[in-house]
Amino acid sequence: MQFLNFVSNLAMPLIILIIVIYGLKEKRKVFDDFLDGAKEGIGIVLSIFPTLIGLFVAIGALRSSGILDIIIRILNPILSMINFPTELMPLAMLRPISGSSSIAIATDIMTNYGTDTELGMMASVIMGSTETTLYTIAVYTSCVKIKKTRFILLAALTADIVGIITSVVVCRFLS
Amino acid sequence: MLNIVWPIFIIISFSYAIFFGNLNSLNAEIFSSLENAIKLSINLLGTICLWNGIMQIASKTTVIDKLTSFLRPIIRYLFPDLKKKPKIQKEISMNMIANILGLGNAATPLGLKAMKSMQEENEDKDVLSDSMAMFIVINTASIQIIPTTVIAIRNSLGSANPTSIVFPVWIATICAAICGIIAVKILIKVTKKRGK
Repeated sequence: MQFLNFVSNLAMPLIILIIVIYGLKEKRKVFDDFLDGAKEGIGIVLSIFPTLIGLFVAIGALRSSGILDIIIRILNPILSMINFPTELMPLAMLRPISGSSSIAIATDIMTNYGTDTELGMMASVIMGSTETTLYTIAVYTSCVKIKKTRFILLAALTADIVGIITSVVVCRFLS
Repeated sequence: MLNIVWPIFIIISFSYAIFFGNLNSLNAEIFSSLENAIKLSINLLGTICLWNGIMQIASKTTVIDKLTSFLRPIIRYLFPDLKKKPKIQKEISMNMIANILGLGNAATPLGLKAMKSMQEENEDKDVLSDSMAMFIVINTASIQIIPTTVIAIRNSLGSANPTSIVFPVWIATICAAICGIIAVKILIKVTKKRGK
């Protein structure tokens, strides 16, 4: 358990260290390169900021109005059969569809239940281990004008469901 | 997609609040959501700028090229149709490495290049080839060493240990990728049989 935590905490510093040393070894001006990249980062955040504002309001409204409780209550009997936490259902449903709305939902879950609680950890791991599947499929198939995508949606959603279930199981096991 | 989802959210929650009288909490929530969105964006700004800067250093070195050799045996297993196409194999592995390192900006153009090369080899230009299907599923599985966005979210909400999720994320993402790959392999076989 402590070892896993160590590995988790080691990953980011170690990668940064290796990359900086590697850059020096190849005689790059590493700080200039860093600044170029960091500048680009500002643009990325600015471009998603309006989306976040819109979605945070919509998802906050969904919860505070009480409608989300009703949806959860309807889904509850089905989900409790497979032992899946109902609070995570909105996240699981929106994750493959929209990246920014899943950020908003995950943030909402962590704000309400805490970041380091079991539910908060589960939401974090789901966010980290899955991708905006529908968007990715759309970008990659439309760039080469593919019309028939065969089984791709089924296969990709299988991967998503496995990722989400594994996230829940791993967090239960660790806590 | 959001042009459909967003108005649905607004309509059902706002009208529910108006008819069933949760207006006070709805009003309070609108303003606290705005505050949360700004708090998160500021935190994302820090994390994403740092990570993008580090990854810019990486992309200017030959580290991606070097790492692609590790993937060679895996690529050979995943893309049997591309055995004699080292150029496409290289493009695929560069996309995979960029994804693993979290270089989202670099990964997409590399991936599109690989898709175009695979389309040249594709017999029926309207239908997804086996290799393309495998490639897309690997891309949707999001194998990433450092889940930067989640770490930024956790940090903005005052987590005691924002990076503690890294190892669990690895386990979940690897399980997802393996199942995605198996699903593609099975579905390729099933659809082929039906074709004959």
